[in-house]
Amino acid sequence: MTRELLKGNLAIAETAIRVGLDAYFGYPITPQTELLEWMSRRMVEEERVFLQAESELAAINMVYGAACTGARVMTSSSGPGISLMMEGISYIAATEVPFVLVDVMRAGPGLGNIDAAQSDYNQIIHGGGHGDYHQIVLAPSTIQESIDYTVLAFDLAEKYRMVTVVLIDGIIGQMMEPGILPEMKPARTKQPDWIPPKWAVRGKEGHDRHLLTSIHMSPTLEEGLNLRLLKQWREIRLKETRYKEYYLDDAEIVVVGFGTAGRVALSAVRTARSYGIKVGLFRPISLRPFPEEALEKLVDQTKAFLVVEMNTGQMYKDIKKIVSNQSRVEFYGRVGGVIPFPDEILSEIRRISSMSYQSENIDPIDAWIQRLEDIRKTEAVGR
Amino acid sequence: MPVKGWIEVDEVYCKACELCVNACPAEVLEISKDRLNPTGYHPVQLVGNGCTSCMICAIICPEAAITVFRENVLSREKKAETEVNH
Amino acid sequence: MDIPNTNLQVVYQRPDVLTKVVSHYCPGCTHGIAHRLIAEVLNELNIVNNTIGVASVGCSIFSYNYIDIDFTEAPHGRAPAMATGVKRMLPDKIVFTYQGDGDLASIGMGEIIHAAGRGENITVFFINNANYGMTGGQMAPTSVPGQKTTSSPFGRDVKTAGYPIQVSELLSHLEGTSYIVRRSLHDSANIRKAKKAIRTAIEVQMRCLGFSMVELLSTCPTNWGVNPCEAQDWLVENLIPVYPIGDYKVIPEVAEIRVKG
Repeated sequence: MTRELLKGNLAIAETAIRVGLDAYFGYPITPQTELLEWMSRRMVEEERVFLQAESELAAINMVYGAACTGARVMTSSSGPGISLMMEGISYIAATEVPFVLVDVMRAGPGLGNIDAAQSDYNQIIHGGGHGDYHQIVLAPSTIQESIDYTVLAFDLAEKYRMVTVVLIDGIIGQMMEPGILPEMKPARTKQPDWIPPKWAVRGKEGHDRHLLTSIHMSPTLEEGLNLRLLKQWREIRLKETRYKEYYLDDAEIVVVGFGTAGRVALSAVRTARSYGIKVGLFRPISLRPFPEEALEKLVDQTKAFLVVEMNTGQMYKDIKKIVSNQSRVEFYGRVGGVIPFPDEILSEIRRISSMSYQSENIDPIDAWIQRLEDIRKTEAVGR
Repeated sequence: MPVKGWIEVDEVYCKACELCVNACPAEVLEISKDRLNPTGYHPVQLVGNGCTSCMICAIICPEAAITVFRENVLSREKKAETEVNH
Repeated sequence: MDIPNTNLQVVYQRPDVLTKVVSHYCPGCTHGIAHRLIAEVLNELNIVNNTIGVASVGCSIFSYNYIDIDFTEAPHGRAPAMATGVKRMLPDKIVFTYQGDGDLASIGMGEIIHAAGRGENITVFFINNANYGMTGGQMAPTSVPGQKTTSSPFGRDVKTAGYPIQVSELLSHLEGTSYIVRRSLHDSANIRKAKKAIRTAIEVQMRCLGFSMVELLSTCPTNWGVNPCEAQDWLVENLIPVYPIGDYKVIPEVAEIRVKG
């Protein structure tokens, strides 16, 4: 297995192909178009199914159809395209067919711009589609993690018959780093150990007919489905939580960040450590199920949590709920495609380490807005 | 005798695409070699006397960078009359 | 080289409704020609202050930076629906959409068919250059068989990706349409005819005669991999056979409109 220099979008695409992706349907949208282009060549070379759909709305429905046959399927998009896919995702979740979605986040709302952001956390984690449904969400921050969690995403999707999301941003999609791709395998439905799932719609040869529908006219039956999905979710919560911890043994300040924000924060944490500040990083890998218990364990030792995100405080709200009134939770974010630099986060760590919180009652978000406006005055437009 | 014309190129817009150079029936346009505009292109320029103000360059220019001038024919005829009368 | 004489008159200059901004379009891109023709027509009809443009998503996403009129920006493919909203609120204004082939013929196919079917009194300018320019040259519904694009690297295979969609022909069958024509921007003679069509289409709207669309075959030197002059030949060789220039729907009332130039 060789280490190769890989671009994020291509690493994820090639990984999916190597673990036996049967079908890819997608649509161009920056910053993930290279994923589609890579698929257009490699899927044809490997004699798998590839089609550029007429829109993201069509793509998600093509994915839905292919997933109903038991195939291993994937699509990818960004902001506006993900919004178009939300109806389809709700249907797919209701029908309990496995599927992997790659969301390469960009700035929004609206068309926004093509720079990286983490503004779709709420949409992906709390469910942008209608109804009570659940999805597993994995957040890599390096190329190798992108590869590893794409492999994991397909396994989890198939094991639990769930929608699984690999959530990255434009930086990870576009950057190049060394990585090791998995071994090449044939298309999943052609692998020797594959048997059609017992629910798959493939023609009723040899069995009673299969029906895959999200319609349950009887409210009692619909309630039953919702409860069953919820119970399965609660089981997943116990088994599929993932996170990484850095320098937390004696940390009094815990920085929390995922994806690119988590990676930039790690640089700041290391520098702060070299100045003797007792700070560590908690980086969730699974944003759903969120590693709540692991975070709660840190409450007693911490003076404050610092949530760093590329949005206006989305995971921040979740963290606040988890630690409730037991700890101070601060926030630092850049948004709109602006990427935080390590020195900005380092400033925040230093500010927090030199403060005492007995009489603090300013809302952290209001305080952040004020500090950010001051920072923005010193920056050139177009950064 | 064809009407005489003249063109001016607003060099800031020119992207040296050469559509006008290719389209000019009198072949009096060429890309300059001695200067660059602010976006880094060599702007097009008029060379030679054959411009007839046919406007084909202005019609084909995607940047609307060309202003076309036409000699006022009446004043040319009047000038010729004056010369004859002398 | 001498200036002919001092008595020169201006016979053509840049329309002032085009902003004084260097556009982001590639050298030789015919978007610039289409923008210029629309600007000239709005000037000539004296409707600059009564016109609202609906920009779309594609290379022309920033068309609102180049034409100095009121504009709104639509999500990808939805411009005909947005234009419907604007026009129904302001029926006395001139409302046009400006869309590429990805925007109109792919994701926006539903919206354009319904706007045309309803006979919305709007004008659609449809720029057809057989690829998705803005995102780097992917295949479009208008890409021709065998055309290599970044998402059809082996050439468009009609067995898996089907045949190009001819939008003018398609929409002309809808009873709600009044003026559907296809022109080209590949040489000055065709550009002159394109301008007449654009002018006619706007007149159709001004006279409340229904839905008008001008499809403009356009070049994309960058993604076709040729220089701007070669792109004109590429268009003639590859696009015109699939997308013949002509009038696809002209209702009798529109046929009576006479446009000079």
